[in-house]
Amino acid sequence: MAGYQTSRDGPSPFIWLVNGLGRLLAAVFVPIVTFLVLWQGFIFLRDNKAPQIVMVTVAILWGVGGVALLYLVSNWLVEKLPDAMRRAIQPFIFVGPALAILAWYLAIPTLRTLVLSFQDETSRVFVGLDNYVFAFTDRIMLEAFRNNLLWMIFGTGFSVGLGLLIAVLADRSRFENVYKAIIFMPMAISFVGAGVIWKFMYTYKGEGIGINEIGLINAIVLALGGKSQPWLSLPPWNNFFLIVIMVWLQTGYAMVILSSAIKGIPAELLEAARVDGASEVKAFFRITIPYIQGTLLTVITTIIIFSLKLFDIVRVMTGGNNGTNVIANEFYLQRFTYGHTGRASAIAIVLLLAVVPVMIYNLRQFRERRTF
Amino acid sequence: MATQGSLKRQQRLGSLFVNGVLILICILWLVPALGVFITSFRQSEDIFGSGWWTVLPHKEDVETGEIMVAESIDVTGPFEIEGITTTFEELRTGVTLEDGRKLTWYGNRRTRRIIISEKEWVGFGANLTLDNYKNVLTGQEIRFKDASGQEIMRKGNDLSSAFLNSLAVAVPATIIPILIAAFCAYGFAWLSFPGRKFFFTVVVALLVVPLQIALVPILQDYTKLNLNGTFLAIWLAHTGFGLPLAIYLLFNYISGLPRETLEAAFIDGASNFTIFTKLILPLSVPALASFAIFQFLWVWNDYLVALVFLGDKNRVVTSALAAIVGEKGQDWHLLTAGAFVSMILPLTVFFALQRFFVRGLMAGSVKG
Amino acid sequence: MKRSILIFSLLLMAALLIVACGGQATPTTAPAVATEAPPAKEVPPAEATTAPAPPESAMGAFAASKGMTELANAYGGQYKGTVVTMEGPFTDNDAVKFDASVKAFEDATGIDIQYTGSKEFEASITIKVDGGSPPDIVDFPQPGLLANMVRKGQVVDLGTVIPAAWLQENYSQAWLEMGTMEGITAGIWARANGKSLVWYPKKEFDAAGYTIPQTWEELMALTAEIAADGDAPWCVGIESGAATGWAMTDWIEETMLRTTSLENYDKWVTGALKFDSPEVRNAVKYVTDIWFNDAYVYGGRGAIPTTSFGDAPKPMFEAPPKCWLHKQGNFITTFFPEGLEAGVDYDFFYLPGIDPAYGDPVLGAGDIYAVFNDRPEVRAAIQYFSTGDSVKGWVEAGGAISPHRDASLDWYQDPVSRNVAVILQNATAFRFDGSDLMPGAVGAGSFWKSMTSYVSGSIDLDTALGDIDASWPAQ
Repeated sequence: MAGYQTSRDGPSPFIWLVNGLGRLLAAVFVPIVTFLVLWQGFIFLRDNKAPQIVMVTVAILWGVGGVALLYLVSNWLVEKLPDAMRRAIQPFIFVGPALAILAWYLAIPTLRTLVLSFQDETSRVFVGLDNYVFAFTDRIMLEAFRNNLLWMIFGTGFSVGLGLLIAVLADRSRFENVYKAIIFMPMAISFVGAGVIWKFMYTYKGEGIGINEIGLINAIVLALGGKSQPWLSLPPWNNFFLIVIMVWLQTGYAMVILSSAIKGIPAELLEAARVDGASEVKAFFRITIPYIQGTLLTVITTIIIFSLKLFDIVRVMTGGNNGTNVIANEFYLQRFTYGHTGRASAIAIVLLLAVVPVMIYNLRQFRERRTF
Repeated sequence: MATQGSLKRQQRLGSLFVNGVLILICILWLVPALGVFITSFRQSEDIFGSGWWTVLPHKEDVETGEIMVAESIDVTGPFEIEGITTTFEELRTGVTLEDGRKLTWYGNRRTRRIIISEKEWVGFGANLTLDNYKNVLTGQEIRFKDASGQEIMRKGNDLSSAFLNSLAVAVPATIIPILIAAFCAYGFAWLSFPGRKFFFTVVVALLVVPLQIALVPILQDYTKLNLNGTFLAIWLAHTGFGLPLAIYLLFNYISGLPRETLEAAFIDGASNFTIFTKLILPLSVPALASFAIFQFLWVWNDYLVALVFLGDKNRVVTSALAAIVGEKGQDWHLLTAGAFVSMILPLTVFFALQRFFVRGLMAGSVKG
Repeated sequence: MKRSILIFSLLLMAALLIVACGGQATPTTAPAVATEAPPAKEVPPAEATTAPAPPESAMGAFAASKGMTELANAYGGQYKGTVVTMEGPFTDNDAVKFDASVKAFEDATGIDIQYTGSKEFEASITIKVDGGSPPDIVDFPQPGLLANMVRKGQVVDLGTVIPAAWLQENYSQAWLEMGTMEGITAGIWARANGKSLVWYPKKEFDAAGYTIPQTWEELMALTAEIAADGDAPWCVGIESGAATGWAMTDWIEETMLRTTSLENYDKWVTGALKFDSPEVRNAVKYVTDIWFNDAYVYGGRGAIPTTSFGDAPKPMFEAPPKCWLHKQGNFITTFFPEGLEAGVDYDFFYLPGIDPAYGDPVLGAGDIYAVFNDRPEVRAAIQYFSTGDSVKGWVEAGGAISPHRDASLDWYQDPVSRNVAVILQNATAFRFDGSDLMPGAVGAGSFWKSMTSYVSGSIDLDTALGDIDASWPAQ
């Protein structure tokens, strides 16, 4: 921080003048040069047909360097301003770019969706609340609401619960990295890949002479003397078989985040509790849980939201048939397969409304933690 | 001494319990993937004929001979064969003789053929092949005949160039949102400005917006800006779609950093920018690393966003894979191999970033 | 501190500047397609008699004689170096064959047809069309999706691109009618699929002494005979990911065509005849009489919705066959195990009629090409696709049936696909796959979904039919 101090040393009038002029010139010149450089990089990337590896390297340099540069230059400019102005503007240097991107990519499209949700499938005629009436009365939609509730409760519960258990236990094991890598592995698999994996678990080939089950679960059931079952067409249980897939995929997420929070608990705290004679379980509830409370809320919130938005698993495994449809899958079908933009938009808005309670709870927690 | 001994025993018991539970969970986690891993080495006909576990050593009926049932014997009712009286229906499911041989009727009633078999051990690795991986990596051979009857062979899609494209998409699309989100999260957590609560609420709300609603408006904008098919287009798109989660996660972490440390820095006269780069960023490494993993995975496994904004000119791994497995996704043997090939890089990233999740990293830097 | 940041940023900028300049120095070729393409010129209507450029080839002369001005110009080399982008659902195998079949056209005209196949075709094409950045020509495997876009006014009317006389000459009325939506010629058919076909393992079938049924009664007798011999007669599977159920709807369409009049079928397709009607219930019953009899279907009823349609025929080719009959369109041969010979290892027979009053109808489907950008080279390309020549290479390579009248039966390399083409050409009553013609919400939605749930037993027939009727969009 020493360098920082020197620039504030009292200058002589002459130096002050040169400095001021220089500053003014720089203030104009630097942003222009920055812009030009970034623009040239953009043109290069857009139009060029250089060898792929060169393109990739330049792309990575330009993309990452460009963003860093934008922050550096704009902050450098703001720091030149008088104190009061700086204090007013600086926060927007920090949050501005993110908000601008969010507005462009998500907020404005959401507003547009809101308008579309009151229109018919060609997006030309306003139809009032018709699409919302559909969203709340259609048999398939009601089924989807019920299923989403199942996903939210059981999917989130098991993912977070297991994630927490593994994070806590692995923290005490010498083979932590091995365990974590195994639990994390499903996250690295694409949804299509995960779909195949679970088809090999649930596949049902029927009954008859010479039929070999190639699905593991039916093979186990048969080996134990039971009858093979078409697991994915047994409502309402098929929902739970699908939720298992989500737990398999998402526990890694909960585990990684919770584990990094657990690593943040000062060792002395836990040590102290142990010296005081508290059992491991007690230490867990008295120290670990309160300490990672905020992170826990974050993980629960994001997984609830994930379970609301989820459609890939359902789409790949059952297509939403046999009572397994979920809201986001119905959105996808209405939007892209049926071409009914109005209904799709209404469903998206309903999804948005469904998280309002979660958001309110989050904000209240933040206030309690005095971050707001 | 005694108490220390029991403490040690207790610790050993605890460690046994911990590792036992973890191993159990890990096995549950691994079995589905193991099935697919084995399947990726099997031939396509075998995949549908028998379960993947049949490559493991097991006892199986092996044909040792056959009997043809004479036309004179009526097989609609009970009849005598090999010294026993049985029926067609019983023979179809298999009848075991006293000497351990098994009689099984082959096909339908009209074949009049009975297979004799005995149980034998079948060893490991029967019928395994590397062809699936070869086809995925170098492109499937597609053969067809032209009008003159000449056989034409073409190579289908391969993954090699798609890997580079995926990297070019994923690396900036991971780093850019992290950078922007970290700044933003710091702003939300430690700076006060009008509308802070409102904007933050909006950010959390945007978490739930399905990105599919944004694709059409963004494409319209990109068409006007002539951005379609560029890397910039897809980085920005992934940045936009990843930002809400990034800001939310990082805000939670950064707002939880010890207040005293930061206040001390402020009193020292450090500027916000300095505090952010010198203090906040190093302290947030675990959170940054964990978000980096997720964003990288999401971008790496994304198909739709790449399809819409990047197009076919710069094919990424997911779309190359989708093309390989066929229009109806029928080629499971290739799909399984492809799934494992495309997993390699995300797992490498995980291992590379895992070293940031160690205890003390944070505590140490706060003190320093 | 501050200075070091400044120096660092200047260095970074310099580095980027060098990179960027270096980039400019390298010759930048092949600019973006969309920007460079000349704006759609005032092209005289196709019927007009403006003399085209002197055609240099037989194809050019042929095109000129049929009034396809742009195609003639293309063969005259006028659009050399231009690019036509295409998008569709076929990938890998099919994409390679498509490329091979248009190569002659590309070589002769210098127009580059760039085809992109994708698996999330529905979503990506909807987004690209709505987003104002559609490819030039799109191949729709189902006309329902195209109809959505026609309704929004996003499709070029081919009536102004291809002379009506030529279309009348080269397509049967049924095909033309199915390409007409909302009063415009929305697309032309480039590939056909025959659906009323029952496949069987010929070698084993003959060895067992079974005979090809000529009537529905004979078919049912054969079914009973095979079942009595201890095997499941039918291989059925309707699983198809998000599209699960379409194979069931095909069956119902077949029995509809065979148990009620064509008028009723047409009324049903347009929504005038409800699903919850005696006609439809009757048609469904003919299907379920087979499907819900566990002795008649390989694996039993429960296996139908969990068996992939592509895997369904595979047990026919095991040794010994586990099931013997499989009703499916001609494309299913792609899913047969490798190394089987058409006409030797497998063959098909026509799914016989039920009620003689309704004759021997044929159900078909196909790929329809629609145009989204009106440029001369795109016009030339779509005019080319209206000729049988455009699929010749594909037909010869196997896997495609041509709907064009000027396609020759000699192109088919194996007797089985030739016979499919003959059946399609000779059909007295040809009808298009009904679910493909219904609005997307029904034909690609509730019809599939409700029937799947009905087959797996999670809802009853009343609920299924009621749900489908309820999902029909307001007219």
